[in-house]
Order: sequence, then structure tokens, then C-alpha cells
Amino acid sequence: MGITRRRALIGAALSVTLMAAGCSSSDSDSEGTEAAATTVTDADVEAALQKGGSLTVWAWDTTIKPVSEAFMKKYPNVKINVVNAGTGNDQYTALQNAITAGTGIPDVAQIEYFALPQFALAKSVVDLNTFGAKSLDGTFTPGTWNNVHSGEAIYGFPIDSGPMALFYNKEVFDKHKIAVPTTWEEYATAAETLHKADAKSYITSDSGDAGFTTSLIWQAGGKPYTVDGTNLTINFADDAGSQKFATTWQKMIDAKVFSPAVGWTDEWFKGLADGSIASLVTGAWMPSNLEGSAAAGKGKWRVAPMPQWETGGKATAESGGSSLAIPEKSENKNIAYGFLKYAAVTEGVQMRIDNGAFPATTKELAAPEFLNKEFEYFGGQKINEILSASASEVVTGWNYLPFQVYANSIYGDTVGKAYLGQSTLAEGLKAWQDSSVKYGTEQGFTVK
Amino acid sequence: MTRRSWIGWQFTGPFLAVFALVFLAPIGYSAYLSVYRTQLVGGTAFVGIDNYTKALSDPQFWEAITRVALFLLVQVPVMLILALLIALAIDSGRLYGASFFRISVFLPYAVPSVVAALMWGFMYGTNFGLIGNINEALGTAIPNPLAPEWILTAIGNIVTWEFIGYNMIILYSGLKVVDTSLYEAAAIDGAGEWRIIRAIKLPALRGPIVVATIFSIVGSFQLFNEPQILDSLAPNSITTYFTPNIYAYQLSFAGQQVNYSATIALIMGVTTMVIAYLFQRRSMKGAGS
Repeated sequence: MGITRRRALIGAALSVTLMAAGCSSSDSDSEGTEAAATTVTDADVEAALQKGGSLTVWAWDTTIKPVSEAFMKKYPNVKINVVNAGTGNDQYTALQNAITAGTGIPDVAQIEYFALPQFALAKSVVDLNTFGAKSLDGTFTPGTWNNVHSGEAIYGFPIDSGPMALFYNKEVFDKHKIAVPTTWEEYATAAETLHKADAKSYITSDSGDAGFTTSLIWQAGGKPYTVDGTNLTINFADDAGSQKFATTWQKMIDAKVFSPAVGWTDEWFKGLADGSIASLVTGAWMPSNLEGSAAAGKGKWRVAPMPQWETGGKATAESGGSSLAIPEKSENKNIAYGFLKYAAVTEGVQMRIDNGAFPATTKELAAPEFLNKEFEYFGGQKINEILSASASEVVTGWNYLPFQVYANSIYGDTVGKAYLGQSTLAEGLKAWQDSSVKYGTEQGFTVK
Repeated sequence: MTRRSWIGWQFTGPFLAVFALVFLAPIGYSAYLSVYRTQLVGGTAFVGIDNYTKALSDPQFWEAITRVALFLLVQVPVMLILALLIALAIDSGRLYGASFFRISVFLPYAVPSVVAALMWGFMYGTNFGLIGNINEALGTAIPNPLAPEWILTAIGNIVTWEFIGYNMIILYSGLKVVDTSLYEAAAIDGAGEWRIIRAIKLPALRGPIVVATIFSIVGSFQLFNEPQILDSLAPNSITTYFTPNIYAYQLSFAGQQVNYSATIALIMGVTTMVIAYLFQRRSMKGAGS
């Protein structure tokens, strides 16, 4: 649930050690974009589940545990051990160490979308086409389904998603007679109006966050990263979407309309609770965080569609979200796939929603009982209608780098300078680009 | 002859085995790592001294070294002088509640540095932290200690707070071993308190001061916890190459450049050793002891 997605937002430097990755790779690696042939049928999986075995699942998402219990009831011969091996980057480090050592590797691991390409590149996780996963086309929202793909290969099943929306404090907006912004231009104007009216109020907090920046560029139709096997392009400088973001955001930074509170700190939650941070543009997984950590805002907050780059547009992007993947070294891949399908596609999905997850499957997103749920925290608003609509409007074709975890870690060194007023956002993005290119080249990628 | 040397080995063997395993092996392994390069694409290759030449011309590495060197030159003298003054004050016997004072000054040393950094991090907050409260209550405009211009000072303040008591104890115990008959003799000769400090106490403290300084040199070069913790509160002020240790950590855990990271670690280890050794040699030679 909520906390699960603290993810790279924190931008902390910890992260994946892919040291062993290169060892197994050779030149033939670059064909990682093709789909593996189907060698295991659904009947094989069902047979393995009936026969039984034990499964180790690494996940920090608290909704996985109840699903595993139900699964064991359904298949009494299967024994599942759910382990919390750390949240986000901590877990990736542990997973990578296990893969390097060749022992202690789980059969299923929770991996966020932005980190999945790292494991996919090293072929540390199974291409689910082996199990005929291609037939699930259309089961998941296009954004999340795209996120687990590397070319034609499918490296995981989406278990949740973070289509973005505007969360705002209606009380503060009403008090200062600010209309809910529908475009980023209006958002910028609202930001100035609000801060002028009350010097202690800010439209939002932003001190630089890699995930947020890339999501906004994503929404603007930008494609700064393209990935084709080991051939990459990294280009913010000539990317229209990136420049759109840089221009609009630079104005707001210059006008000093952002609260300096750093995301996920106590200060930040206080700001969200007391109205001094009046809105947030973030993923659909945010509500449970607000309910839990900014309880005082209850009844004041509302959800609206994400502000647009073009008047009348509907485009959105994803922020966060994670998948379940099967490490290549797992010895119970058939059972693992059975569990993946159960948790991400069939019965498990509704159980996870009931426990607070925001789904990635189109069927559940369109279900009336999901859409009609009223949220007390949001004054009884049916927020899922907006969030679900956002999920279907996610711009397609976005890629993360196969070393996005590293790239995000140096965001503060480069783009962060713009938030300190030491450079402009455009310069910062260029510096980020240069550092990422340098790293990619050093790591043996062909980077343009 | 042969038998005698075997007996010697039997006594030292267990120690040597542990020593080799926990001291030499990691260093040897780092040295081994540092002559290879592992890429995400292309695998591992022997590169000889490439990593070392790269490190010596790496501006980020130099920036990190310069930063800790500056920290060393400013923070260590301030901390040691303060520790010395406190030790002298406690030793003078003219303080009320000297033992309470001593334990309070020492207490921060018992606080884990991660906790200390978190605690100070909250106090440094300009919106809801102590600084924010002071600014609001008194109408002052204390600049944000977590801004890039002040962050090193802010860290220096935390480190001083943490280690002043530790250094004070080293110096205080140095003073305690001074033979009290010396003070009596000085008093009989009519020496004042200042004279006693200059002629007896300070010379007696020479050894402890050298030891405290060497610990501080090593500590400065190893600066890690405080900036690493503050990073989550001020991500833009603390770069991923803020100190050499943070840089090595970043290279290894975010960048997967284990080989280069090992190189940085080795260079820093050797540099620290050389500086500490030079300092010790210089100061001991001067003492004539």
C-alpha cells in the first residue's frame, strides 16, 4: 500500500548493485528485445500447482501476504513464504547480491517499473513469454503493460499503478477563490495568486524529484530516453516535451512559489495536513498516504484530473507502481508463474484492491463498485472515477533507462542545482543528460 | 632452534590468522578489485592502473577531498580548542558540579551519530524546526543551515557536538595523571594559574592532544553518516560526491562501479594514513620524546 511507493521519490542514493550483470553478458545481448518462445503451457503450470512445492516471495507491499494465504488455500500443496527484504532500493540491493552470489534467490520479487529494466538487461528475470504471457494483452492498462515490456519481452506482471492526478486542498483553494487549474499555465498562475495572498501558502512542494520530473516530461509527450537493447539515446536538450516542462517549471521556480519542504519528510506531511502545501500532482496510490500521514486534512482534499500541457488535452503519465517478476535462477518457475497470475490477473487483484491497492488491470479499473466508492477523506468524492480515467489516458511509448536507478541518484547533483537557483532547469537537464551519457558509455552501452 | 620458532608460531598463529582474515584480506580484495573493471554491458576486464589514473583526474573526487580537507582545517581546531578549555576548566577544580558538567559534555558521544544527525536535521528546519521557531519568535532571519553555503558549517556543528566530550575525556585523563606534587611545587614557587597551565598542564597534554588530533584527522576523512542522513532533508545541498566516503558508497551501490569504488577507498585509506603518520612524526619529533 501507500508506503510501498516511497520509492525513488526519496531520491536517496542507495540502490542496486548490478555488479555481476556484465559477467554473463556477451554481444548477443542486444537482442533482448525479442520475445522468447512459449515453452510452458497453462496446463503445465496448473499441474505444477497441483503437485505443489514451496515458493519464496520478496515483496514489501503489504497486500501480497493475504493473497498468498488465499493462494495456499486454493492449492494446499503449495507453501508460500512472503519475505519483506526491504523497501525499494534496499530490496534491489539484496536481490542483486543474491543473484550475484547465486544463492538465496527468491522465486518471485516485487520490482518497481523504473528498476525493472536493470534486471531485464542482465537477464536476471524471466521473460514471461515463455509462459505465453503475450495472450494477456489488454488485461493491464497500456501504461503499466508497456512498463513491464522491453521490446517484445515481458519481464513482470503489473500489480499496481500510479496514473497521475491533481490532489488539492479545496478549502484553501476556495478561501483564495482559486479555480481548479486544468492546464499547467493555469497551475502556475494559481501558484502565484496563492502565494501572494498568503506568504505561508504554497501551491505545492518541489525541491527537485527525478521521478516527478520524468513523469511530467512523459505527460508532455517527451521521449528523452529511447532504449533498443544496449543502444540508448539520452536527450533532454532537443526533446520538445522536456523543454516544455523546463520552460513552465522554470517560471515557477523563479517566482519562488514552491514550498521548500522535501517530499516524504515530517515537514512535508505537516504542510499537507495544515494546508500550507495546497496541492500535489502525483500517482493514484497517494490517497492512503494522505489518510494515514496527513489525517488533519480529512474532508478538505479533493481530486481533479492532471493539469494539461495543451488546453482541452487529456494526457496523463504514471508515477511509481510496481510489478512482480520471476528471477531467472528460481527453481520453481512454474509455480511462481501460477502465483504471479493469481496475484496480478485473477482472484488476487480484488483482494489487493480491498486492502487499499490501486490496480493495474483494466477490468477492475472499470468495475462499478470500484468507481463508485466514496472516500470520506475526500469529502465523499468518488475519486476512483478520476484516477481510473487517468489510467486510460497515459501517454504511450515512454522508456526508462536500463540504469534509471543510478540516473535518478545523480538528479540532485545536476538538475537539483536549478532548484537552488545556481543554474536553470534547461542547463540542469543538460547536465543530467551529460552525466547519464557518460555513465552509460562507461558501462558499455552505445549512447547517442 | 627450529623448535623454538615453532613455539613462537603457535602462540602468534591464532592472532595472525584472525589478523589476516579481518584486516589484510579485505584490503587485498579491494586491491584486487581495483585493477579490474566490470561493465553492465561487456563484462569484466583487467585494466591495470586505469582506475587509479582515472581517480587522480576525477574532478568529483578532488572536490570531495578538498571539502573534507577544509572541514579538517576548520572544524578540528575549533573542536579541540573547545575540548581543551572544558578539560582545563573541569580540572581546575573551581567549577560547581564539575562531574555533572563532565558527564553532560560527554553524553552526546553516547548518542549514535545517525540519531544525532537526524535530531539536528529536525532542529535545522526553517519551517517547522527549531530555527524556524526562533526566526518566528524573535523575528530574526537565521539563514537556512541546510542551504549549500551553510551545510558544511552545519555538519561541523553536529560533529563538534558529538565529539567534543570524547576529546575532552582524552585531555582530561591526560591532566589527571599529572603528579599533584608538581602543582604544589609550582604554588610554593608562587606560580599563578596561567603559569601552571602554560608550564605544566599544556606540556603534559602534548601526547593526548596528538592522539586526539589523529583521531580527528581520520574521522574527518571518513565523514559519512552526518551528510548521508542530512541528504534526505537537503538533497540538493549534498551531492553524491560530497565526501570521498559518500562518493565511494554512491559508486558502489548506485553506480554498480565496484571496482572504481574500491580504488577510491584505497586511495583515501592511504592518504589518511600518510597524513596521520606525518602529523604524528612531526609533533613527536618536536616533543623530543
